[in-house]
Formats: sequence, structure tokens, C-alpha cells
Amino acid sequence: MKVGVVTFPGSLDDGDAARAVRLAGAEPVRLWHAEPDLRGVDAVVLPGGFSYGDYLRCGAIARFAPVMEPLADAAEAGLPVLGICNGFQVLCEAHLLPGALTRNAHLHFRNRDVRLRIESNHTAWTTGYDVDQEIVVPLKSGEGRYVADQATLDELEATGRVVARYAGPNPNGSMRDIAAISNAAGNVVGIMPHPEHAVEALTGASTDGLSFFTSVLKHLAGAAA
Amino acid sequence: MTTIGIGLDTVERAQSTPEELQPYEELGLRAEEYERIREILGRRPTESELAMYSIMWSEHCSYKSSKVHLRQFSEKAPPSDALLAGIGENAGVVKVADDLAVTFKIESHNHPSYVEPYQGAATGVGGIVRDILAMGARPVAVLDPLRFGAAHDPDTARVLPGVVSGIGGYGNRLGLPTIGGEIVFDPSYQGNPLVNALCVGVMPVRRLQRKAASGPGNIVVLLGAKTGRDGIGGVSVLASSAFSRESEQRRPAVQVGDPFLEKLLIETCLELYEADLVVGVQDLGGAGLTCALSETAADAGTGMDVRLEKVPLREPSMAPHEVLASESQERMLLIVAPEHLDAVKQTADRWGVTATSIGVVTDTGRLKITWYGETVVDLPPASLADDGPVYARPMREPGDRVLLHADRAETLPRPVDGDALRETVLRMVASPNLCDKSWVTEQYDRYVLGNTVAAQPENAGIIRVDEETGLSVAVSVDGNGRYTRLDPYTGAQLALAEAYRNVAVAGATPLAVTNCLNFGSPEDPAVMWQFAEAVRGLADGCATLGIPVTGGNVSFYNSTGAAAINPTPIVGVLGVLEHAEQRIPMGFAEAGDIIFLLGETREELSGSEWAWVTHGHLGGLPPKVDLLAERRLSDVIRAANQLGLLRTAHDLSDGGLAQALAEACLRNGYGATVQLPSGSAFVHLFSESAGRAVVSVPLGLEKAFTNLCEEHEVPWQGLGVVGNAGAPLEVAGEFTIPLAELRQAWEATMPALFATPLAQPLDDDTEPPAAA
Repeated sequence: MKVGVVTFPGSLDDGDAARAVRLAGAEPVRLWHAEPDLRGVDAVVLPGGFSYGDYLRCGAIARFAPVMEPLADAAEAGLPVLGICNGFQVLCEAHLLPGALTRNAHLHFRNRDVRLRIESNHTAWTTGYDVDQEIVVPLKSGEGRYVADQATLDELEATGRVVARYAGPNPNGSMRDIAAISNAAGNVVGIMPHPEHAVEALTGASTDGLSFFTSVLKHLAGAAA
Repeated sequence: MTTIGIGLDTVERAQSTPEELQPYEELGLRAEEYERIREILGRRPTESELAMYSIMWSEHCSYKSSKVHLRQFSEKAPPSDALLAGIGENAGVVKVADDLAVTFKIESHNHPSYVEPYQGAATGVGGIVRDILAMGARPVAVLDPLRFGAAHDPDTARVLPGVVSGIGGYGNRLGLPTIGGEIVFDPSYQGNPLVNALCVGVMPVRRLQRKAASGPGNIVVLLGAKTGRDGIGGVSVLASSAFSRESEQRRPAVQVGDPFLEKLLIETCLELYEADLVVGVQDLGGAGLTCALSETAADAGTGMDVRLEKVPLREPSMAPHEVLASESQERMLLIVAPEHLDAVKQTADRWGVTATSIGVVTDTGRLKITWYGETVVDLPPASLADDGPVYARPMREPGDRVLLHADRAETLPRPVDGDALRETVLRMVASPNLCDKSWVTEQYDRYVLGNTVAAQPENAGIIRVDEETGLSVAVSVDGNGRYTRLDPYTGAQLALAEAYRNVAVAGATPLAVTNCLNFGSPEDPAVMWQFAEAVRGLADGCATLGIPVTGGNVSFYNSTGAAAINPTPIVGVLGVLEHAEQRIPMGFAEAGDIIFLLGETREELSGSEWAWVTHGHLGGLPPKVDLLAERRLSDVIRAANQLGLLRTAHDLSDGGLAQALAEACLRNGYGATVQLPSGSAFVHLFSESAGRAVVSVPLGLEKAFTNLCEEHEVPWQGLGVVGNAGAPLEVAGEFTIPLAELRQAWEATMPALFATPLAQPLDDDTEPPAAA
């Protein structure tokens, strides 16, 4: 199983995403922002960082990167895509997910281990979790406050597309404590905290994040069967 | 400017107008230094040459006041075959495995951070990262020792948040975890905060780079940002003279950083090194092109012909001396063989980084710089880089030394009973220097790169440097300006001892030292004496501990008016763990574990946090330092750890045992019940005797542990047991403090001082404004 990890100029957690993919048992394939080629991968991770310096607006330039063209088409067609942090911002800018990530309400960058409650295990990336399971993963962002209009929020709730919420104190002012959402089909997931930084006991906040990466492999195996 | 209306000041013109007056004094050069320049050149310098000498002969670049003292670091250094590059290189390089080396260095960016806190601190991080990159290493972690004025001073509320966002804003965007540092408040830093930054890098041994511009015919390539007017005079003006009211008008002398570009620069350089495409490399930092061109040529003993007009400019109206002096960030100088030039440009292009050929290496021994065909510089590069003035500045013991030592804190009124001790503990954990610093450290990314094994508030930051073998390095930075003020020799050794101890109790074997020496004006004989004593103490201490100084940085002129800062040598110690699993965490982790205090506690309160917080007192002599005892402590921790006898360990330093217990309890929320040894409970709780640690040992292993302590001749005291999660901190016969109360006191201080009121309420379910 091959999982692509996109490197934009300014991507920072691309190596970490690739490590998580490897630890989950898949082969990470590095994808380059300037090449409109997904190299035959079975799923894609858009990693954290500050793509193109996050100048203009987080994710706003990355959205136009050549690699995003085939990626958007493939996502529409069902390719599992996980956007973490900056990757979530890119997915929102690309309109593959609704809403936006804005400046934290307290205006500071915040790096904190946060407790999340999994709300949906019907996505490609969360089948390995139980609904209402609580996990601990690091959050590290300055613009992680999820916002959307009320109708969108209501629709997300009604259709089970809120994937995870902050279970402890809301760390950034996200609406309805939302930490992760998915598209209607469940193949595209955006998450603000970093599951790829919770895959090894020695270096992570926990190992709770690994299931995102093993889930997608199970999902792919199931789809192939 | 003397040349206005005259045009370009060329070498030819300098020869024909030997008597033209030049503004050497305004540029910080003394009359005799100017005369020496004329001697070296056999004529007056051109405007560009004068600018170059003024920069390279400044205190910041030439170390002219410190050189005679710093020699001790090499002369007294213990023999080490692990050292691949040492003092004089961009950063020291230590071999940690057959094919793996680690490089680390600390630098100051104090003055810019006062003038413009955000950019000053940001470019401080950027600068030290490029030093590490220039050695061939991938930068992997940052630590930031910071000093600010009084916590309640309104100006601290300007400087601190700016510095912290600057460090985070740059380091986070660069993808480097911040894994440690210090935040200390003291009124002596009021007009002169200290912003030091340490960077650690990792490389395969074969990738070690040199700065020499060797091989005549090779191409000189400038990589990275365009050159602008920012930072002109940064080192000669800001960093090499005392602060005055005009400093605030020197904002243009502070550089502006672009971390995005630096990230691209890192990836570009690493690809070039891997492909073996560069002969030599030097970062551009303070003194910009002037420093990079002259040092690379001087190091190789070659010459260089540079066509300065080829340098990509941000502002086309810049004059040649401005291009040479600019401290624009995110630039590197590469020496490239002609046949590799295309490959270098392709790699740079792939990352969107500009690479420009600006000259060629020659065998003339002259650095010749032309500007649209006219020669504006023609000089021997070593005269800039190596032959700067060296001064043995006058030194004198400070006049208040005797009185200062007589004014001992051991005579101050103390808390009289258990209730008073309880109040004192709560007051101390809430004091600005001892309180929880999460409000700051949460603004730094500590996870990026995925190799952070430990980060603040742990004893030391630990980074895994080899994912296959688990090999890791630990780094701690420490310093105590009050101790150094009381006695610079001892104070510097105490800083070294603390950093060494922190690395040891984190589970690592200490290996090498870097230092950043922050002092007042070298022209003040009392400051110069403090400096000389501190350097002597540090060099002697490193010899005793058997670990070499691999490099560092001197920051003078840290004074506002006549008032110098507390002399503040910051010492960074790097240690190695064969496997990350050997790390020892600081926080109590299992109820029922036995708590031991290691080391000897004496009645040492002078210079202590207690004396400062409760009496505003600074006097007496600092705690005694016994480096051989530090070595024994380090050895017993390592031995016990190897045998699996230790669950946790935490060093004792500022605030003494009371603070160490509070921190060990609060880290994971476990309580503790302890019984202090006989004698004054107050002294046991608040003395700051060096060479101590508090450890917890799994129940049943305590006998094996104390036997080991006896064997290593390390004094030990059984203190008590770790309580349940949520249990209180109880000192038998004295007081009990519920953890929630302790935590509240410890955590509330920083947000109350520095958090801005929320712009919008949290849990905001209302619709965002339509125009958002």
C-alpha cells in the first residue's frame, strides 16, 4: 500500500507524516508540489507546516500548486486524503472541505497535548477508533480556530461529518469545539491537531494517533476486497 | 557622508586624495586603529574599505577585548578525540557515533531584541541556525535562554511578548523544535534584555563543511535573499557600544527575518552538501558580505575578485559600502567549482532560491571588489578577518566587593514555623523566576521533526539523532547572573555545574560545552575583571569536568548608561544517550516510589531565589561549587539508571529542594510525603547548595540504590515516598499543601502578567462577521 505525502515549500511535518505512514505498515511516497503527478498512490497526506510561508493566508497559495489539480480530482473520485494542520487549511482553501481555520481566539500560537473525542468512525481515516473514544494528540498552531456559518455547522453535525472534537478546554476557540471534519463521502478528512506526532511512545504525546494511518490501510484493503 | 556630490570613492581616488577626512570615529574606530588601516593599505581606505574595517574590527566581530582571555578555553581544554571542529569555526562539531556528528552553538541577539523585540529575537534564531547549517548539519533543535527586566515593569510587558512571538514565529515556521531554555527576570536587565539562542545540528561525519574559499578559479556564489538596507551597522553600532537614548532611533539597524526563505535555504544547502557540490560555505550574519568574503578567503589564504554589482538588491539605489555592510538575513556564501555551477543553480531553482555568481577565487592574496568596473576595495583579506586589534583591557576588582560579600543572606529573617514555611513555599512557586512558564513555551513548537524525546520543563531537552539506533543528545542551558555578580569565578562554574547536572540527571553523559558570555562594557575595568574571572572559572571548570568548550559567543556592552547587567555567562552542555530509552523524566510517576535527596545541603542562602523574592536581597557569597562532587553525582545517576534503579530524577537549583519537590509533584500530578533531615527545615527547603538532585526509586530497589551511592561516595538522604495521583505535598511536621493549591499558585503568574485579554470569547458559537 502506498501513501503519498506532499511537500510544499514550507511544509514542516512532511517527514513526520511519512514516518507515521511507515510505522503503520505502508510505503510513504513523497509527492512534490510542482509536479501534477500522484505517482499511483492509494491515499495522500497533506502535512503540517507553513506552505509558501502561509503568506497571504494559510493554505491559500498551496491550493493552486500543480500537485493539487490531480489531487482534487482524485479526492472527488474517492481517494482518501488526510489534511493535518496546514493540510486541513489547504483542504478548506481548495473547497474540498467546508469552513475555514482562523487565528486562535487568544491570538497566540499554541502547542499543547489535547484530548480529542472521536465522533465518527465512518471515515477512511478513523475506522480503527470507537465513537466517543478519547485520544491525546498534540495541537500546535496559530490559526487553528475552525469557523463556518451556522447552516454549515448544522449540516456537518446532522450528517455525522464532525470527526473529532476537543474534549478538554477548547484550546483555540473553534466553533462547537470542532477539531476534525470530513467531506460527505468520508474519504477526505481535515484535522487540526497532529496524529502523526502521536505514533511513538518515546517521542509522542501518546501513540493514539497511529490509528489514523492504520485505519486508512484497513479501509483500502476493504475497498480492494 | 563624505562622498556626497563627489561620486564613487574608488581605490584610484583614495590614492589621489590621501588627506581627505574620513568619518572613522562615527564608525566606531579609534584614531590608532584608523592609522593601522592606512599602514596596511599604504594609503587611506576607500569608503567601502573603511566600512569593512569598522565592521570587522568591531568588538562583535574581532573579539578584541575578549581574545586574550578566551584563549584559556583552548589552552586548558581536556584532550578529546571526539572534537571534529572547535573554537574558530562557525560552530563546534562533536563526533557521537562512527558516522554521526553533532554540532551546537549559542549566540546572543540582545541589543536588537531590545530595540525591536519581535524581529530581534526572530533573526537571532535565524542567525544561529545558519551557523549550524554552515557546518554541514541539519539543524534539529533550538533552546532559548532569556533574561528580562523586572516582571512587573511595563517595559517588560513590551519586550517579553515580542521576544517570545519572535522566537516562535521564526523557529516554528522553520520547522525546528524548541526544546529548552530559561526565562529569568531581574531589574538589572531592564534596559538590556538578554536573548540568547542555541541551535543543535546533526550530520554524517563525511558531510562536515569548511569555510575555506580554496581553489583559484572556483566561483563565489551568493545564495538566498536579496540584499537590502536592513541591519546596516548592526554589529558595529548596536552590538558594540553601550545603550543610550538614541538606540531607539536605530530601528533600521535591526534586521528583518523571513523564516520561509530560511527553510528553503536549509533544504537547498543540505541537498548541495549531499551531492558534494560545494567546496566551501559560510553563512552571512553580522557583518554580512564583508565578513563572509574576507573570512572565506583568509581561511584558505587565497584572494577573490568580486563584482559587487551582481549582488541582487532589494533597493537599487544602494551604494557599494552599503551592499558590503548589509545584514540582510537568509543568505549563504558558497564556493563552487565551475563545473558544478549549473547543478548548484538547478538545485537552488528547484527550491525557489536565488543563486548568483558574484566573483571568483584567485591566487593573488587580495580581496578585490569592483563596482561596475571600478575598483572600490583592494586589500589582504586576513587583515580584516584575523589581524584585527587585540586589547588587554585594564581590569580592577569592583569597589563594592568587600561590602557585597559582608552583606550575607544567611542573616536575614526567616519563616519561623510550619505555617510560615507553607506560605513561603506558595509565594516562591508563584514568583516570576520559579513559576510555570507554559504560557511562553506553549508558543513554541516542540514536536516538529518527530524526534523530541524531552523538552521544557524537563531537566534537559533531548533529541533523537538516529532513528535506527535510538542514539540521542541532551542539551541544557543555564546561568545565574546573581551568583556571577557576587563572585564571577564561582558563578561561571555554578552555571557550568548546573548545565552539566541537568544533562546528567536527564540520563545523558555530558560531552561538550558552549557558552554565551553576556557582560557590560569592556571599557569599564570592573566589568573586564568580572569577564576575566568568569572565563577563568569556566575554563578551569571544563578542565575539571573533562569536557571541552567547543565554541561560543561574547556579548559586551550590555549596559544602560553606566549601569551594567549582572554578568551573565550562559553555559550550554551537550550530552549523549546511547538510546533514547535511557532518558530519565523529572516528574514523580508511581505512587509508593521512594524519594531520595542526593548531595550535601549546606546553609547557603546568599544569592538565592528566596533571598531575592522575600527580601529583595543580593549579597554574600554564592553557594560553594565542587565539580568533583558534580562528577560523582553524574556518575551515580548514570550507574543507577543503567541498573534500572531510577524512576525519575530532578536537579536542585533555583529555589532549592522546595522548588524541586513542587516541580516533581506537579509534572504528573502525584503528591509526596517527605520527612526533612534533622536541622533547620527552612535551610533544607530553600538552601541552594549545588551538586544535588532529588530522585525517585521503585520500592524494593532502595537498598541497591543506596549501596551504589555509597560506592560512588555520593551523600544520600531518604526523604519520603511518592503519593497517589492528586495527593498533596506534605512535609511531615511542617505543612501540607494540596496539589491544586500548589498548581494554582504556580500556574497563575505568567498569564496574569503577560496574557492579553481575549479578543473574542472562547466557545464562540455565533456566526462570524460576514466580512471575516
